[in-house]
Amino acid sequence: MNPLDGNALAGDLRELFAVDVTVARYTCAGCGHADAVATLLLWGHGMGQVARCPHCSDVVLRMVHAPDRVFLDLRGSVRLELPLAGS
Amino acid sequence: MARAALPGRLTWREATVTGERWETPSARTLILDVPDWPGHLPGQHVDVRLTAPDGYRAQRSYSIASGWSPTAKTVELTVQRVADGEVSPYLADTIEVGEQLELRGPVGGWFVWRETQPAPVLLIAGGSGVVPLMAMIRARAEAKAKQPFRLIYSVRTPADACYADELARRVRDDPGLDVRWVYTRTPPAKRIDVATINSYGWPADFTPDCYVCGPTTFVETAADILVALGHDPKRIRTERFGGTS
Repeated sequence: MNPLDGNALAGDLRELFAVDVTVARYTCAGCGHADAVATLLLWGHGMGQVARCPHCSDVVLRMVHAPDRVFLDLRGSVRLELPLAGS
Repeated sequence: MARAALPGRLTWREATVTGERWETPSARTLILDVPDWPGHLPGQHVDVRLTAPDGYRAQRSYSIASGWSPTAKTVELTVQRVADGEVSPYLADTIEVGEQLELRGPVGGWFVWRETQPAPVLLIAGGSGVVPLMAMIRARAEAKAKQPFRLIYSVRTPADACYADELARRVRDDPGLDVRWVYTRTPPAKRIDVATINSYGWPADFTPDCYVCGPTTFVETAADILVALGHDPKRIRTERFGGTS
């Protein structure tokens, strides 16, 4: 199976957050690489998705859909940097 | 959906298929009427969700093929059939005009082109990766934008090319648009390469905005070539599709 990329997370993230998280800049906890969440390599779809850093392939983001809730694991990202509206 | 629609929170909605158009023998465009569609930027996509009678659900992302204007109230998706896919055979072959599907969007604010971007634009498409790039070409025309666009479109054979007639017409009528075809299965068969992007893309000195969409290996090859030719990685935006849906 070929990976998709973080662009494909836009709908699932937009269902949780009021802003488009795919334009946020992540900083990888593994290697320090920073780029848009949209550039992460995305594996799996449906219940479980894993997004890896394209630079070092460490897991940056994990998202698991249970029937009644979502688990979002961001421990692979040191931080997210988001533009504020109007900036 | 039982969940209340909170303001600012994206929810699923019903779209109605109001028309269809075959682009190639394996790719069909669905014309959708989506109530209260807020408009979209070219390059954005929607998520489509299918629910089986037993409750099993499958969800996929599809790029929007159409540009947006307040007068054209429809949204178009071009779906390439993947033979062993879960969702695309239904959208390409089964669903009929008048039927409904569940849709969420528009989403994705990164792989988009805005008419306020002043730079020339280079679009590089692999197969059905042309869909969001076509939306950019259409949106540029609708906005009467003057930024010159170049499209390099790699596809197996001429019969596999989506939008071929429309692209030919647009190139004929619009001096600001060029298209270079690369056929990977028709002699002289070739893949996207340094010479093609160097000859038919923009020079890096022009600091173009580059958009690459296609299968993963295609996207990585084209993006690597752009960087090697001196393009600023910050000006290269990519979108991959897995070819497994």
